[in-house]
Amino acid sequence: MPIAREDLQAIWLTLKLAASTTLLLLLLATPLAWWLARTRSRLRAPVAAVVALPLVLPPTVLGFYLLVAFGPQGWGGQFTQALGLGLLPFTFAGLLLGSILYSLPFAVQPLQSAFEAVGRRPLEVAATLRAAPLDSFVHVVLPLARPGIVQAAVLTFAHTVGEFGVVLMIGGNIPRQTQVVSTQIYGHVEALQYTQAHWLSAGMVLFSFAVLLALARMNRRSTRVVG
Amino acid sequence: MSQAIVIRTRMERGGFTLDVDLALPARGITAVFGPSGCGKTTLLRCLAGLERPPQAQIVVEGQVWQDSREGVFVPTWQRPLGYVFQEASLFDHLDVRGNLDFALRRRRGSEGGFELPALAAMLDIGHLLARRPHELSGGERQRVGIARALATQPRLLLLDEPLAAVDMARRKEILPWLERLRDELHVPMLYVTHAADEVARLASHLVLMEAGRCVAAGPLAETLTRVDLPLLAGDEAAALLEGEIEEVDAHWHLAQVAFPGGTLWIGDSGLSAGRPVRVRVLARDVSIVREPPHGSSIQNVLPCRVRAIAPAGHPSQVTVQLACGSTLLLARVTARAVHQLKIAVGDPVWAQVKSAALVG
Repeated sequence: MPIAREDLQAIWLTLKLAASTTLLLLLLATPLAWWLARTRSRLRAPVAAVVALPLVLPPTVLGFYLLVAFGPQGWGGQFTQALGLGLLPFTFAGLLLGSILYSLPFAVQPLQSAFEAVGRRPLEVAATLRAAPLDSFVHVVLPLARPGIVQAAVLTFAHTVGEFGVVLMIGGNIPRQTQVVSTQIYGHVEALQYTQAHWLSAGMVLFSFAVLLALARMNRRSTRVVG
Repeated sequence: MSQAIVIRTRMERGGFTLDVDLALPARGITAVFGPSGCGKTTLLRCLAGLERPPQAQIVVEGQVWQDSREGVFVPTWQRPLGYVFQEASLFDHLDVRGNLDFALRRRRGSEGGFELPALAAMLDIGHLLARRPHELSGGERQRVGIARALATQPRLLLLDEPLAAVDMARRKEILPWLERLRDELHVPMLYVTHAADEVARLASHLVLMEAGRCVAAGPLAETLTRVDLPLLAGDEAAALLEGEIEEVDAHWHLAQVAFPGGTLWIGDSGLSAGRPVRVRVLARDVSIVREPPHGSSIQNVLPCRVRAIAPAGHPSQVTVQLACGSTLLLARVTARAVHQLKIAVGDPVWAQVKSAALVG
């Protein structure tokens, strides 16, 4: 049996992390993307740049700052301690926080383009049909932006599964708590357990391929429906 | 006339100024007419609350929709109006039934009004309910758009060039539906258009706009025959006669229209006596003679009195406003003819009407 118990635990943890990140990030990114798509505020450009930062920064930089900020001396760490949550680094919650920040642009940008593509007109129409703003958003904007929402969810999930640098910095590599597939592979390679590294790596390749294929199919279908 | 819709607003945007002060009747169809870019659509959007001009007072049938001095602004979704957009703007994620249901479900409980079958029957879209917007023709889309706007049981229906995106043939298909709505529903409508034939056919009241300002407003026939409005001095200048069919000459396929002041023969298109009709007479189809002509091929010669003479679009021409009983006509003639015939205001003359068209 080339897949050991730790490997299965790492796979389970990875899926749990990716699912939680996707769920929380969609809730967080939707209002942010909506604001970015509609605002004429001068803050729009700086906020958009901050959201895009994780795209260009080495993950280790992000992980390093998170580690410092949420460590015992950092403002974040003092805050979480004051709340009685303890310290986040080297816990699943810390990993989740890192993943959310790291995948932020992958959720915000597809949502933002989808909201921009919907435009103002459907909202105006909804208002003339007596729909209150939140009603319009839920029953008009969200259904019209569905391809963008699905894309944001898939990209966030896949991107979280593939992250390594942030995980290593803020999560360490603790079995059952913060050991995910990518760090597990690293561990296997370090220990020269190439067979196990192969099994996990091949699984990742297959998974990524399936995700990209599904995305392409989805995009084609949504353009056909709209056009 | 009940002055039940009051719109006073002033707004500036990128060099364009909309500045209007209007009181309109809350019944029948009021056409808002003018060239592209004159602010017609912006006026409609202000009324709907889709624009929020810093200075505005909008009162509809006693309800204050906006009063900038008092800081009152009722958001669009709380205004009891229906809006038909230029491109029907149906929701792409819903089929026709879904689009209608969207509006029906959000209607205030106390308002009563149409159920889906009645609405579908009224605009003949029952067979389209399961279709998606992209499976409809332009005319069908617009009919669904109108039905959807009516589904909210509006107290005022705003139509922004509903036929502009529809080809000529389809227009003729939709216009009768709009006439039916006008005659059967008694929902006051504001109808923005730059097509003179739609105005002649549908409207009872006219607002003329130019460069963000209202240059004239009043009952349709009266306003159309004003000779002091350069906007109306073009080739399309026309008078509108409202009357009813008096008799039909089946042998020659002609029908006689009786209007206050006289009668007029027009081509018969299957009309029955007693039917109310509208006849449009273009100024360029009317000529003036001093004496009743003998041996003329023109069938319609009406005794009139000259009420006004004004310059027309070209310096060689003038527009003569004629009163035939209580009905006004326009005649486009050359300035030289007026001079040679010594036609002056107050003179009795004869108007020869070369052609007249039934518009509704």
